[in-house]
Amino acid sequence: MTPTITISDLHLSYGRTTALDGITLTVNGPRIHGLVGRNGSGKTSLLSVIAGFRQASAGSVELDGQPVFENATALRRLCLIRGSGDSVDHDWPTNRVRHALRLAADLRPNWDDDYAQALVDRFQLDPRQRLTELSTGQRSAVGVVLGLAARAPVTIFDESYLGMDAPSRYAFYDELLTDYMEHPRTVIVSSHLVDEVSRLLESVILLDHGRLLLHEDAEALRGRGAAITGEHGAVAEFVADRTVLRQQHLGRTTSAVVYGELGPTDRDRAAAAGLDVDAVPLQDLFVHLTAGADQ
Amino acid sequence: MNQSTKEVLMFDERSPIYRQIADTIRSEVLNGTLRANEQVMSTNQYAAFYRINPATAAKAFAELVEEGVLYKQRGRGMFVSPDAREQLRARHRERFFTDVVDPMVERARSLDIPLEQIITRIEHHRDGDRP
Repeated sequence: MTPTITISDLHLSYGRTTALDGITLTVNGPRIHGLVGRNGSGKTSLLSVIAGFRQASAGSVELDGQPVFENATALRRLCLIRGSGDSVDHDWPTNRVRHALRLAADLRPNWDDDYAQALVDRFQLDPRQRLTELSTGQRSAVGVVLGLAARAPVTIFDESYLGMDAPSRYAFYDELLTDYMEHPRTVIVSSHLVDEVSRLLESVILLDHGRLLLHEDAEALRGRGAAITGEHGAVAEFVADRTVLRQQHLGRTTSAVVYGELGPTDRDRAAAAGLDVDAVPLQDLFVHLTAGADQ
Repeated sequence: MNQSTKEVLMFDERSPIYRQIADTIRSEVLNGTLRANEQVMSTNQYAAFYRINPATAAKAFAELVEEGVLYKQRGRGMFVSPDAREQLRARHRERFFTDVVDPMVERARSLDIPLEQIITRIEHHRDGDRP
């Protein structure tokens, strides 16, 4: 059965700092969801609560109707891999890569040992190497192996590519995509590298200051930003009844980034007014949506 | 489709990727790269090849099936419709004058190129000569 994660009015505070400020969200699958947002927007906090690593201050996270926190049954179906592989389980400093793999094999009901070995080869990891001797990129790669081979119904990668070079990151994206197609499951990927991951995503969850800014189909979002450029007065008239994310002026020319799909009539109107309409890449759209006061 | 196509075909982040995929397949049908009744890659092959979400590829194929460019055969995959090329050519013919000729004339005007000069150039083409 495809799992559904139901998050209701979720709050999380660390002392006087509010990390999550009332998030309500349903995450279902089989689907690859991207979790994006600026530093400190609450991505890691949200994923930690979803995976039962942290207890919510208020509100709830349920997996198929069951609370996840301190719920062994729910937690067996969830796998969270954090950046630089700090979720690589090991008990003492002499532990080696193969020990981490064996522990995961024991803990994970859907563990695929052959696939894990293939991934170890692909990421050029040495099973005999001590975990403490690995570079950040290698630790991340171990984390990726554990996360993929676990085949957990809910698989979460929180900036799991830290320290990985570009070929390793693309190997990760390829493996994630092909294994997801062979074993469809609910995947959440958090990333700063929106340009790199966005094509893998079916849906996008955007956080800002601990709040949910949007949860949308990735393809719908790609058609939603537009940059309108032209003579100042004409641009002002065209954007008057629209959501303007950003405006720039250069002499008598103005460029405005608007949010919202432009239909054929809008485009004809813009052309008639002598305005240029350019699309806005997803990464730029997120930057504009979350720029806030410091732009 | 072969490996070299991948180098040429780079989807950008500026418009929905499914639209870019659909446009690519349409132009491959139009220029004869994809022939009538030829099988196209499956959704999953397409997704893995271009590193895109399979739902995105599926959306492009659904649009092309609806248009009649592709047809589905249960259990076997997707194929190019026998009349796909002719259908696309008819659609492009309709738009040729508004999409290509009118903007060209407008541009020529802004550059003070007399229409006679354009007509002469086109006649060269008709005679099969390189201008």
